[in-house]
Amino acid sequence: MSLRIIVLAKQVPDTRNVGKDAMKADGTVNRAALPAIFNPEDLNALEQALRLKDAYPGTTVTLLTMGPGRAAEIIREGLYRGADSGYLLTDRAFAGADTLATSYAISMAIRKIKDYDLIICGRQAIDGDTAQVGPQVAEKLGLTQITYAEEIQKAEKGKITVKRRLERGVEVVEGALPLVVTVNGSAPDCRPRNAKHVQKYKHAKTVTEKQEADADYLDLYDSRPYLNLTEWGVADVNAEVALCGLSGSPTKVKKIENVVFQAKENMTLEATDEAIDTLMRELILNHTIG
Amino acid sequence: MANYYLDTPGYKHHLHHPLMKRIVELKERNYTDKDKYDYAPFDFEDAMDSYEKVLEIVGEICGEIVAPNAESVDHEGPTLKDGRVTYAPGTQINLDAVRKASLMGITMPRRYDGLNFPIVPYIMIADMVSRADAGFENLWGLQDCAETLYEFGNEDQRRRFIPRVCAGETMSMDLTEPDAGSDLQSVMLKATFSEKDNCWYLNGVKRFITNGDADIHLVLARSEEGTRDGRGLSMFLYDKRDGGVNVRRIENKMGIKGSPTCELVYKNAKAELCGDRKLGLIKYVMALMNNARLGIMAQSVGLSEAAYREGYAYAIERKQFGKAIIEFPAVYEMVALMRAKTDASRAMLYETARFVDVYKALDDISKDRKLEPEERQELKKYGRLADAFTPIGKGMTSEYANQNAYDAIQIHGGSGFMKDYTCERLYRDARITNIYEGTTQLQVIAAIRHVTTGTYLAQIREYEGLEYKPELEVMRHKLIEMTAKYEEMVKIVTELKDQELLDFHARRLVESAGHCIMGYLLLQDTNKCDSFRHSAEVYITYSQSEVNKHYSYITDFDCGELGYFKPASL
Repeated sequence: MSLRIIVLAKQVPDTRNVGKDAMKADGTVNRAALPAIFNPEDLNALEQALRLKDAYPGTTVTLLTMGPGRAAEIIREGLYRGADSGYLLTDRAFAGADTLATSYAISMAIRKIKDYDLIICGRQAIDGDTAQVGPQVAEKLGLTQITYAEEIQKAEKGKITVKRRLERGVEVVEGALPLVVTVNGSAPDCRPRNAKHVQKYKHAKTVTEKQEADADYLDLYDSRPYLNLTEWGVADVNAEVALCGLSGSPTKVKKIENVVFQAKENMTLEATDEAIDTLMRELILNHTIG
Repeated sequence: MANYYLDTPGYKHHLHHPLMKRIVELKERNYTDKDKYDYAPFDFEDAMDSYEKVLEIVGEICGEIVAPNAESVDHEGPTLKDGRVTYAPGTQINLDAVRKASLMGITMPRRYDGLNFPIVPYIMIADMVSRADAGFENLWGLQDCAETLYEFGNEDQRRRFIPRVCAGETMSMDLTEPDAGSDLQSVMLKATFSEKDNCWYLNGVKRFITNGDADIHLVLARSEEGTRDGRGLSMFLYDKRDGGVNVRRIENKMGIKGSPTCELVYKNAKAELCGDRKLGLIKYVMALMNNARLGIMAQSVGLSEAAYREGYAYAIERKQFGKAIIEFPAVYEMVALMRAKTDASRAMLYETARFVDVYKALDDISKDRKLEPEERQELKKYGRLADAFTPIGKGMTSEYANQNAYDAIQIHGGSGFMKDYTCERLYRDARITNIYEGTTQLQVIAAIRHVTTGTYLAQIREYEGLEYKPELEVMRHKLIEMTAKYEEMVKIVTELKDQELLDFHARRLVESAGHCIMGYLLLQDTNKCDSFRHSAEVYITYSQSEVNKHYSYITDFDCGELGYFKPASL
């Protein structure tokens, strides 16, 4: 069966290789110092979508991302790897959103897209690590959710079969479409960018980007409609401003503390049960664990 | 994220050579493909931007997939079962990535699903892939065969086979036999035409065939019964889907172990003629070998780069006598020379690739229309330069790859002799580069006529006449002195009109030409970009001493001494 898949993706600061200036003095992330990347688990999600597209001809993969104008790069990255189209949700009113306001905005955009069978996203983003947005989107749309997916094995007769990676093993579940799947980092890596797609889509731009673009290529956007990336604001998705961005976010950060890990002492452990036992007791006693 | 393209600024430098404008213009033929293909460029800048973007993809695949797999591929290697080859798991992952990224059929025209890239960016990819895993470059680089198929096959064959290569099917070129290695005229694999079935059948054995279980094979076989020389050989296309060829064994090699080197048995294997009868060796294989030699040059450069990086990384990290070993002159000299040889090799590689590019693009245009007189001149000039630079470049760069791999181990000391360090694999992998696709000794034979006819000297003079910044004058002066000595050596040897003596000194003469050429190329690189300065200074100092050594050998040599070297006197 062919599927209409929406992949939710987020542009995040690359927190995997942080340097000294990764944090600002006020304790917030210094986004300027960190390269903006495609959230790693969203890439795992995209790969699952692309595999479905390979397996079921006629399947379409649409990316949906929310962020500042430069997040259009995420859509292009998706197109380079085999996605068909994408939407950028961008508006000043979306800024400062917590997971509640984010999932609200995204769910409104999905309502606007309207036709879909499957929504796939990464389990969590490496900047916030909340793992809340996917489940909240499902809840707001009234959809079933399958979390921690490692492999979407098949899609037949209106159902998908998914292998989930759990703490103590794997579980294979079936679910009726439409539904939301969140994908685990243990799923296969995303395929590389494709040389032909990169050349085809490298000029793809949002309306805002076109205004700043090289005038040489402007006539392209009429003759090649696929190069126009859709940009939506609050009004486009019929969202209520009060529920978006900072005003729609009940989460308030009270305090941020810098934690500096310092090994003050080290000890060498004999590889015996007694030595490990002694260590465990010590750790429980000084409340490091337990 | 490791990215081999972005971590080596030299690539970008070589990609943006002024001659690229002409190359892209010829290759894209006024950018007419843009109306037919959504991935074709609009203009020169757009094309260059596309090359860079694709090179970035390759850089990432090399750094994140191919290089991390190299060790396991080296250990596991391919396996053979029931006449069929299975690649090492890492190799399969690499191939899968390359296919998904559409990196097969890179130079093929778009009408066969290729990317229509010039040779320069293609060779740059080969350079990076080799740095990541030289053995994998063998499999991936066999897409060169599609180039030969494109040049000499008929339109029907092009349409049937090239899109399959672009979609990721692999190729092989089946030339060598147990009794036909360097001497391919002795090929005996028999091709018989069946009137009844209206096709050819191949029977016999091939040996040392890289990727021998490929999907599509180009085969050199004897089509003319009763003949014994090269004129009785034709080129054939064998499709694995038709069956008839089995792999009898996979060689247990010293290096490039991920690449299966096979012995093949042909039993009534159905095949089709590619090109004209009797031109198999004298025309097609010669063209194929030239492409392949450029590929080995790229492999050598990639290996040189890898060896340099391993050597350097160890030299700054390893502490002895209270300091990093790179602080000792004996070590830093090695490291500097490795860097210089790598940069010189790379300069040579891309200069040669540009010559091949202009020549091939014009040759391709000449199939569709008559060339203008000035275009014919251009074709002739670059064809000659490509012909001259390919053997000398392959010879020099593959020897340097070996020297660099040797020095990388030397820097590691005892640790380098252990299997724990990458330099050990590089040493084994590099060893084949100056052997296959013609040993260095055979490259010298191909290059020597360009010494005697003056192709190299004329090109060196052209380099000499370019404008250089005043601060580079000392280096330029050294190169002028080297050139004078080279010229004198050539004169001394050729004036004696003794073919055997010329053959005896040939390598010294060819190497001296190589030193002058590579010195000038580095000088030009430095002229544009100061980051090459160190390499240029080091290389020119080193190569001047090499030229002086050859000079003294030749000028001090008494013709009578030759007798002492001959087999009878040993």
